[in-house]
Amino acid sequence: MPELSIDGQPFRFAQGTTVAAALMACGDRCSRTSVSGQRRAPLCGMGICQECRVSIDGLRRLACQTICRDGMQVETHS
Amino acid sequence: MSAHVDLLIIGAGPAGMAAALAAAPSGIRIAILDDNPLPGGQIWRDGPGAKFPAQAAEMRAKFEQYANVQLHSACKVVALAGPKKLLLEDAERGWTLSYDQLILCTGARELLLPFPGWTLPGVTGAGGLQALIKGGLPVAGERIVIAGSGPLLLASADTAKKNGAQVVRIAEQASLASVGRFAAGLWRWPNKARQAVELASGAYRTRAHVLAALGSERLQAVRIQVGERIEEIPCDRLACGFSLVPNVEIASALGCRIEARAVVVDEWQASSLADHFAAGECTGFGGSELALVEGQIAGLVAVGQKDQARTLWPERQRWQGFADRLNQGFALNPALKQLATADTLVCRCEDVAYADLAAHASWNTAKLNTRCGMGACQGRICATATQTLFGWEPPLLRPPFSPARIATLVCLDETDSAA
Repeated sequence: MPELSIDGQPFRFAQGTTVAAALMACGDRCSRTSVSGQRRAPLCGMGICQECRVSIDGLRRLACQTICRDGMQVETHS
Repeated sequence: MSAHVDLLIIGAGPAGMAAALAAAPSGIRIAILDDNPLPGGQIWRDGPGAKFPAQAAEMRAKFEQYANVQLHSACKVVALAGPKKLLLEDAERGWTLSYDQLILCTGARELLLPFPGWTLPGVTGAGGLQALIKGGLPVAGERIVIAGSGPLLLASADTAKKNGAQVVRIAEQASLASVGRFAAGLWRWPNKARQAVELASGAYRTRAHVLAALGSERLQAVRIQVGERIEEIPCDRLACGFSLVPNVEIASALGCRIEARAVVVDEWQASSLADHFAAGECTGFGGSELALVEGQIAGLVAVGQKDQARTLWPERQRWQGFADRLNQGFALNPALKQLATADTLVCRCEDVAYADLAAHASWNTAKLNTRCGMGACQGRICATATQTLFGWEPPLLRPPFSPARIATLVCLDETDSAA
């Protein structure tokens, strides 16, 4: 079970879980803050809408197209 | 860095996998790209919450056996890099790949239409929720409302139930008469009739559509129109999608002819552009069986086996018949164009409200004045919605087609200086 950090908090998820599924199951269950300040969560689940864009180990990635790996640092407020 | 293949296939769903398997025995060099971490496309998505179908597993195992087929997962097309050459990016690197022939199997996405509250956390697409559950989202014990249109609602409900959720309502916008006509014709496709029976649900209502998602920080309830009545249902999630729209952005950027939102192909699955083929949902929504046979035909034609491809025409025609019925059965009710209110956000990247868009006559003037479609998704969501809401022609994508790293874009420059 990979352990990753989401906004500084450690979480463990089943092998093969996407970062989007992980985000929706912990913390405030959101992935980003919109230009007008609303918190948003993954929407399309298939790499189209970009609502799940997060910072993973410093790079901007789509959470729904990224699989959780041990040691990942995920930030939803950047 | 740059590479060359004889045949490039974009998309590793049913159509792309079938195309690769049909072309592989010829021995030509084939690359197949997919932007998801695992092959299978949307319908055969694998993950902790998925039951991966045997047919898909068998196809995946088969194409791993071909040394001349290279699969690039989690890889995006960033831009055109010259004639028959694309700029690509994955998690590690950017590079250019040139090809002699291309088969586009870019699939379809959900049509997401704006309604009050659709930006609240807890609201997803219908297929979107299914994809997220397959990807490991726990939903056990949650109350879920599924709304929109098409058989995908039932498939999504089934995945949610199998993962322990309580599906409290399935709201299908089409009328009972049209869904009934669709279902009554299914005897011609026995596996589809069987699926329909297996997926049947007591929570299913026809002539029903979402009016609003309610809640302040997060979804708490859904307001639904069911015939003449209005229901308010407390729930944890709303999964709403109004059927599918083909992903034609790359085809369109390449210059392939697009009509009725789909890549135009001839009987050989050839697009209007020489050496460029298309197969599966990007040529029009029709389901995985049609995608498989179209992919096979495209793969065979790409390696010059037209006679063998021709033997598959009757099967394609049979599944095209199913697709036609599907599209008639679930045609969208015009009332769905009126769901958004003045302050409903339509562009979720730039937070542009319905009233700010409705004042304009075209996508271009709306974009210039409001920034709609200028965010990270480049209008894939809002321009698709405004095409339905206002009849606006969606824009051509500009490179980069999706957000990319500077180091990747630099590869374009290297291409120029080498030329």
